Amino acid sequence: MATALKQDDNSSNQPESAENVVVRFAGDSGDGMQLTGGQFTLSTALAGSDLATFPDFPAEIRAPQGTLFGVSAFQINFGSRAIETAGDEPDVLIAMNPAALKTNVDALRDGGLIIADSGEFGKRNLDKAKYENNPLEDGSLAKWQLLKLDISALTLEAVKPFGLGNKEALRSKNMWTLGLALWMFERERQPIIDWLNTKFAKLPDVAGANIAALNAGHAYGETAELSGDGLGSGHLTTRKVGAAPSAPGEYRTVTGAEALSLGLVAGAQLADVPMFFGGYPITPASAILHHLSRLKEFDVTTFQAEDEIAAIAAAIGASYAGKLGITSSSGPGIALKGEAMGLAIMTELPLVIINSQRGGPSTGLPTKTEQSDLYQAVYGRNGDAPMPVIAARSPSDAFECAIEAVRIAVQYMTPVMLLTDGYIANAAEPWQIPDVASLEPFPVTYLDKMPEGGLKPYSRDEKFARPWIKPGTPELMHRIGGIEKGIDTGHIDYGSANHQKMTEIRRDKVLGVADSIPDQDVALGNAGGKLAVVGWGSTYGPIHQAVRRAVEAGKDVAHIHIRNIWPMPKNLGELLKSYDRVIVPEMNTGQLKTLLRDQYLVDAKPINKVSGQPFTIAEIDAAIEENLS
Amino acid sequence: MNEMTKITTLKDWETDQEVRWCPGCGDYAILKAVQRTMPELGVRPEDTLFISGIGCSSRFPYYMETYGFHTIHGRAPAVATGAKLANPDLDVWIITGDGDALSIGGNHTMHLLRRNLDCQIMLFNNEIYGLTKGQYSPTSRVGTNTPSTPYGSVDRPASPCAFALGSGARFIARAIDIHKDLTNVLKSAHSHKGAAFIEIFQNCIVYNKDVFDEFAAKKTAASTQLLLADGEPMLFEKGEKGIAMDRETLSLKVVDVVDGDWQAANVIVHDVTNRSVAHMLIEMPFGEFPMAIGVLYDDPRPTFEAAVVEQNAQAAEGKKADLQALLNKGQTWTVTEDGPEL
Repeated sequence: MATALKQDDNSSNQPESAENVVVRFAGDSGDGMQLTGGQFTLSTALAGSDLATFPDFPAEIRAPQGTLFGVSAFQINFGSRAIETAGDEPDVLIAMNPAALKTNVDALRDGGLIIADSGEFGKRNLDKAKYENNPLEDGSLAKWQLLKLDISALTLEAVKPFGLGNKEALRSKNMWTLGLALWMFERERQPIIDWLNTKFAKLPDVAGANIAALNAGHAYGETAELSGDGLGSGHLTTRKVGAAPSAPGEYRTVTGAEALSLGLVAGAQLADVPMFFGGYPITPASAILHHLSRLKEFDVTTFQAEDEIAAIAAAIGASYAGKLGITSSSGPGIALKGEAMGLAIMTELPLVIINSQRGGPSTGLPTKTEQSDLYQAVYGRNGDAPMPVIAARSPSDAFECAIEAVRIAVQYMTPVMLLTDGYIANAAEPWQIPDVASLEPFPVTYLDKMPEGGLKPYSRDEKFARPWIKPGTPELMHRIGGIEKGIDTGHIDYGSANHQKMTEIRRDKVLGVADSIPDQDVALGNAGGKLAVVGWGSTYGPIHQAVRRAVEAGKDVAHIHIRNIWPMPKNLGELLKSYDRVIVPEMNTGQLKTLLRDQYLVDAKPINKVSGQPFTIAEIDAAIEENLS
Repeated sequence: MNEMTKITTLKDWETDQEVRWCPGCGDYAILKAVQRTMPELGVRPEDTLFISGIGCSSRFPYYMETYGFHTIHGRAPAVATGAKLANPDLDVWIITGDGDALSIGGNHTMHLLRRNLDCQIMLFNNEIYGLTKGQYSPTSRVGTNTPSTPYGSVDRPASPCAFALGSGARFIARAIDIHKDLTNVLKSAHSHKGAAFIEIFQNCIVYNKDVFDEFAAKKTAASTQLLLADGEPMLFEKGEKGIAMDRETLSLKVVDVVDGDWQAANVIVHDVTNRSVAHMLIEMPFGEFPMAIGVLYDDPRPTFEAAVVEQNAQAAEGKKADLQALLNKGQTWTVTEDGPEL
């Protein structure tokens, strides 16, 4: 059993038990911190803890080594209770160099533990991080616990038998660190050893070195603890984080980009329609294109187009030809696709458009998260161009949202916008794997015979959807296009009464989607009361935790989280009016707030943050406090 | 097409829609030529898809009794790419113009050609923006006076066929709207498996009337047009002149042919697979040389959609589309009533 190195109470030999722990791995972008975090996440998930992660990396692929802007960090919050966010303040910071320490240490909670690779704190690296004195020596970190370890030297020692060059050998530093972290939190090493053996199957020396480093880091913890000798001011101990109660079933970890890709495949299968995906590389949306490119056996065709416009235009062409067209991008690319979205609206073809939002405007903050494209999604096209909009709230929710987007697109013959963001796309969480048999199919039908009374490509069913007719079908030849369509016939028609009527039909068709979506629920708290905290998208976690705390403290607060941004659930207006106050935390300057005010004349108050970082629970706590007084 | 192809007539390819081009527009002649050619191709209207962008020419699909998609400005090649990848059996025709294909849609035209999507691209070149009332276009000659260039345009025009060749097109042809040879060019383009690029000189009677007359006018055609045919010598002026290679400068030259003895004059025999000669024919300065008309280049290679279909099939081979297995992929763990199990 592990015990604390330096304990106030020598009577206990039991590990410290924690409800949840937040650990942040920070290093140079070449140090493999995302990979370290990812593997730690896996072993934590396998131990049954609930968790949420927050990868935070620079836009530069390989920024100059040791610099402040080259720092890459990965934060994980894991616990024996439900975890909704990646955690406000880390309890443990692992800093692989001075720059990583400098950019991350202020987030650490007072009294938290710093583990620093002292071997990287030479003058050169200190200069690059703009430290005048070595912070490990000058007492400036006094309010935290500090453990200085020469991880570089320890790693070199551990991997010596493999005869790798110095540079190559130091690449295993992250595995040494991971080994130590696994020891600290009593996690299994075996899944990571298996993974390393698979990853480096063709390079057995590299696999061996990494495993040796992993084991050495782990052994270091055990030995240091057993020997009980001093490790500077360090406080090395294990902490037990138990399994979180979760529903019985089979689980895996999943990122938003993965879950969304799987959801699209599931949606296409449920609709019984082959998928065509047109994409153009853009951060943070590219992962979806990568995932889908490997799934050809599911009748998925992927097309990396010459630009964003071609990506959506090809998807529209594929939809016209009878496949389900899907395109994906981030804000700047979505802007380029705007005209083509109008074409899909006018020609009433099914299409799913995914926006993995990032900080804007223009190029903005490509690798940072924001949810500032809601206006763009709801309003951002020329003409009266209504389009259903759905927003995913978490990585696992992205799976369901993707299926829902496909359903609406094919049932209503309309483009649908699915909003996610950089945080959801990259973050991982445990996911209870759905039982495919429990997913309800919604197979599409194509018009394949001449209807009685002749062909009318713009005739409508009870949902106002027009028939989907595949080219290649005998007798049903017809022409579509972006010019206003005549009612029923679909012929060019510039008539004023016709345009009035067609505009109303397009509006009513999209509004009618509200008939097929569930009523807005209250995620936590009562329907009606003093205060509703209304959110959408990836703010779910911090809002939910903050409201939970408030409710547990006996406060009259509720959390409402909107998935269907357009059209909104039919009961939403009444629901919002049943609270004295409504606040809307958003990672933008108040976009959902505007929509709620416009639709329901409610006095929704904005709570805004656009720093490229998710809300902390404390920030929502403060907003709740202020609005209850 | 396994079943017997129905024999169609010109009437089968006409829609009931009123044609809305200006009276005298070259588009009428092109439309008739296409409708006249389709029955000869042995194809069915329901397998045929006309896709256009924006501009006068792009109204074309409304007048063809086939499937049709009038898309947005410049994007027809991208829409066509998606449609063809979704259903490679469709016979896809792209109708575009000089502004649509070379200005706003230049990027898509380039990539469609380099990918070699199997389709026919008919670029109606009238050297003007007609539908927006007469501004100069990327193919307008220097000095073109238009509402947006009241003192004459100063920028150099693009050459559609040179652009196509540079983009990697494997079939390039030139035709004239009212020329009877247009039908033959269309047939050659259709029989070419891959992207077939056709520049059609089209007379805009309102904004750029008779701009091609110096070579398109019938009465001078014999001396101003070089009508190309594969395997035939490059002769014009009723066989009295020909095109030969100047071996010193490695460029083309016009030679006199005496008594029909073109061999003696070293007149080049047109080989549609010769890319270098195709380039020289495209670049021949008009005036000093005649205008090369007909199939300039035709050398097929594998098409994009065939490669995609083949790769998709290979990648899927032996794999089952098991959604549940896909969701369960990677490392999973089970939670029972008693907690997690590894």
